[in-house]
Parts: sequence; C-alpha cells; structure tokens
Amino acid sequence: MPKMNLSHFEAAVLFAFFSSVVLGVITKRTDSERLRYGVRCFVYFVVALIGLGWLMKLGHG
Amino acid sequence: MATNVSKAQTDAPPQRPWFGVVVLAWLIPGGGHFLLKRPGRGALLLGSVALMFLLGLMMRGAMFQPQTGDVLTTIIYCGGFLGDLASGLLYLLTIWLGYAQPDMAGHVHDYGTKFLVAAGLLNVLAMVDAYEIAVKEKD
Repeated sequence: MPKMNLSHFEAAVLFAFFSSVVLGVITKRTDSERLRYGVRCFVYFVVALIGLGWLMKLGHG
Repeated sequence: MATNVSKAQTDAPPQRPWFGVVVLAWLIPGGGHFLLKRPGRGALLLGSVALMFLLGLMMRGAMFQPQTGDVLTTIIYCGGFLGDLASGLLYLLTIWLGYAQPDMAGHVHDYGTKFLVAAGLLNVLAMVDAYEIAVKEKD
C-alpha cells in the first residue's frame, strides 16, 4: 500500500470532510436539510481549524 | 388450535428486529442502511468510513492495543482499541492480513492513528442511526 504524506491542513480538511458527510447523513430528516447541515459542519470545522491555527501561531510568538 | 398457535408464532414479528441490522452496520459500514432500503445514505456512510480508514492505513497509523495502568493510559488505549474495533470488517481484515504498524513519531502517523479511530467512531454513529430507523424512531 502506498504511503501518503499530507500536511496538517490537508489531513485536517479531509477529516472535516468525511466527518461532515457522516454527520449530515445521520442527523437530519430530509435530503436538503442533510446537505445544508453537512456543509455547515464542514464550514465550522474549517473555521475552527484556521482559528486554532492562528491562535497557536500567535501563542508561540 | 395447534395450527392457529403455529401460525401466530410465524406471523409474530421478530423479538429484536434491530439486532441483525446493528450487527451488519458494525461489520459493514452503511450495511444497516442498505438492509433497511436506504441505499443512498448507506453508500455515503460506506464511502466516508471506508475512505477514512483507508487514508489512516496509508498514513501508517497505529492500531491501539488494550492496555491498563493509570487512568489516562487505560482510557486512551482501551478507548482507542474500541474505536478501532468499531470499524468492523475493515479492522478485522486489516489485523488478519498482518498490519502491525508500530506507534512512531511524526504528524502524519499521528493523523493516521486518529483517522483509524475516527472511522470507527463515525461507524458507531451510523450504527445508532440504523438502530433508530429499525425501531422506527426515525424515518
């Protein structure tokens, strides 16, 4: 099996994507609600990722 | 009379109609949804969990082995083992085929380990969803 090398950002975005798909699929009752919820979760993940990244950068000086 | 009793027994719904669904959902991510005739959602769950697990393997993530010691060690290693195990056949096949990656330093290995556990935890969510559909708590 090939070995994969990803940056922190790439790995975290992939994690966010797959988690958002599952959360969207299992949570809501109609397909449009599921799609909207999945997209919203993904956006929240990415915003938290970038925010925490900046926080750590600023914290390290 | 005997005929009526046996007919009533055969017509009665199974005691736990959800059990087979949950077991299948554990073994094959999305399998419970396929069994309950929700193929679209089943395919999305299968794709997400399987790809996440596969990416974890490609990043050479380590599988947890249950260990006891102090509280934190027990929670991390036993919890991680349960998370890995929750991927069902993906985990069992990987172990049976001899995957034994040691825990190594490096962010890619760390992400791989977390992807493997997270795939199992997402499968737990899928199993709960399949259970709720099977007992008609959910559409």
